[in-house]
Amino acid sequence: MATVTSSAAVPVVPKELLREPLVTNNRTPGWISDRVASLIEGRTPAWWWVAFIPSVLLAALLLGMLAYQISTGVGVWGNHHPTMWAWDIINFVWWIGIGHAGTLISAILFLLRQKWRTAVNRSAEAMTIFAVMCAGIYPAVHVGRVWFDWFLFPIPNSNAIWPQFRSPLMWDVFAVSTYFTVSLLFWYVGLIPDLAVMRDRAKTKIRQFLYGLFSLGWTGSNRHWSNYEKAYLILAGLSTPLVLSVHSIVSLDFAVSQLPGWHTTIFPPYFVAGAIFSGFGMVLTLLIPLRRWCHLEDIITMRHIDVMCKVTLATGSIVGYAYGMEFFIAWYSGSPYERFAFINRALGPYWWGYWIMIACNVVFPQLFWFKKIRHNLWIVFILSILVNIGMWFERFVIIVISLHREFLPSNWAYFKPSWVDIATYLGTFGLFFTLFLLFMRFLPMIAISEVKGVTPHADPHMPEGGAKGGHH
Amino acid sequence: MSVSTTTYGILAEFTTPADAMRAAEKVRDAGFRRWDVFTPFPVHGMDKAMGLKNSRVGWFSFIGGVTGYTTGMLMIWFLNAVDYPILIGGKPLFSPFGAFPPSYELTILLGAFGAIGGMLFLNRLPRLHHPLLKHRRFALASHDRFFVVIETADPKFNEVEIRKLLEAAGSRRIELVEE
Repeated sequence: MATVTSSAAVPVVPKELLREPLVTNNRTPGWISDRVASLIEGRTPAWWWVAFIPSVLLAALLLGMLAYQISTGVGVWGNHHPTMWAWDIINFVWWIGIGHAGTLISAILFLLRQKWRTAVNRSAEAMTIFAVMCAGIYPAVHVGRVWFDWFLFPIPNSNAIWPQFRSPLMWDVFAVSTYFTVSLLFWYVGLIPDLAVMRDRAKTKIRQFLYGLFSLGWTGSNRHWSNYEKAYLILAGLSTPLVLSVHSIVSLDFAVSQLPGWHTTIFPPYFVAGAIFSGFGMVLTLLIPLRRWCHLEDIITMRHIDVMCKVTLATGSIVGYAYGMEFFIAWYSGSPYERFAFINRALGPYWWGYWIMIACNVVFPQLFWFKKIRHNLWIVFILSILVNIGMWFERFVIIVISLHREFLPSNWAYFKPSWVDIATYLGTFGLFFTLFLLFMRFLPMIAISEVKGVTPHADPHMPEGGAKGGHH
Repeated sequence: MSVSTTTYGILAEFTTPADAMRAAEKVRDAGFRRWDVFTPFPVHGMDKAMGLKNSRVGWFSFIGGVTGYTTGMLMIWFLNAVDYPILIGGKPLFSPFGAFPPSYELTILLGAFGAIGGMLFLNRLPRLHHPLLKHRRFALASHDRFFVVIETADPKFNEVEIRKLLEAAGSRRIELVEE
């Protein structure tokens, strides 16, 4: 046993150069398994029921609203001429934007070797999948006759006609369905070793069977890990262009049209930055309470919260730049319609929506420049909710404000949502939180094997006791 | 001492990745072929210590991606330019630019299928019954222990020699695994 021989050879690192370790209090791999698995194996905490019951009721409300809308028609929504897209598409874009942080954390940060991602990637990926589910409901039902949704896919039919692939709406079908499928697979592949952890700890027959079945007989063989890590790297490499393309294609739904306010080339990068911004907002909203309620402070540390605040600040500033650039281009283009569309955004009848967006997305996130703010969890939590509100209003501004005053003043109207719009939107929160709470109760919400891999105990060249506590 | 035919192999337990890696290097240098290391997380450098070559998963993914892109392009060309041409806004019936976004997504989709399918195929998973999974101590392989297993099927298998080798490598607990 030569576990301590190397410590003499390690050069002493000055204290100010040491990074805060990714897992604090020098927790061992065994502790990590026990801590994360206890969330599943222990008694259901009271707060879980307090959150779960209203979520299920809201999810039931969603089902009721969808049944009402499908059986009656899209007229139950507030959409009317000229605002033919409203809350349905706002909420679609909003939810799918939230879904972007999960893949960013799991794929892009993996390629950039940001090891802190391991503590948050599992729950962020779950958030992605559930957010994309909520998003997917809207385009499916907004067509009115949901029983014809399969027309969207190139399936041979008795009419002998095919979808028209020059439309960005068709691109969207492929982008969103691919995004959902690949995110789900990525999440599942990451789960396989952790399902094996749960299988090996399981005390009841049903748990042994189900975790055993879904872990596919994973043994932790290094020959398997070798192929597994390669597959994970490739999936990360594939998901990176995927996540950038999905919101780009969503933005093309708007940018390819001729409408002032939509017809801009800045949309793809601006939508992607906004999506990541809102996704990190939602990750912070979910994880700040969860790390406390689940006692995960040693795994999701203040350093994690701090870096996520910085990502939010960076993407929020990109979004702010895009808002400014849109205005500049509207003026610089010389097109009176473009100029009108943008002046109408800021000073028209929906001025309040525009200024809520600016305040929540551009002004408040600037507070993240200050370390004191980033380390005050209450303020971070409130700011993360403001980010979500701001990003909802961004889509409101783009969709409703651009549509409500067309080229001819005879085509002007003031859009108001109906109660069905509002109840459906609230219902999607019910679905989202129901799925998320079930996930965190039955599946390991922290990537156990990945977090173990970033502890100093996992480094074969620096056995326990090594000074390299906070390796990057 | 003869090994009965129902023995799967010899299992040696280690408490740190450094010890397991040193043992793996010794087993590799002794020229064993049917053996493996089991760890709760991928240990950096273990592939080299075991003498493993670069994984071939990339080829499966590449073939998937190429299939996806060609399928997308050919499908859109056939559907919109051959089987049911519709003229929209004077645009060409087929253009690689308009067909690019769906083909790009299909490249990623089938590339991901290839990566996951290739990984499962190369690992021969799912395999729900494995002699090691029945072993009492082996459940710790997903917790915090590291195991080196040499199978009886290895041509160089010799229980006495292997026990010596693994003990010298620092294992405190060496057991036989039943088939």
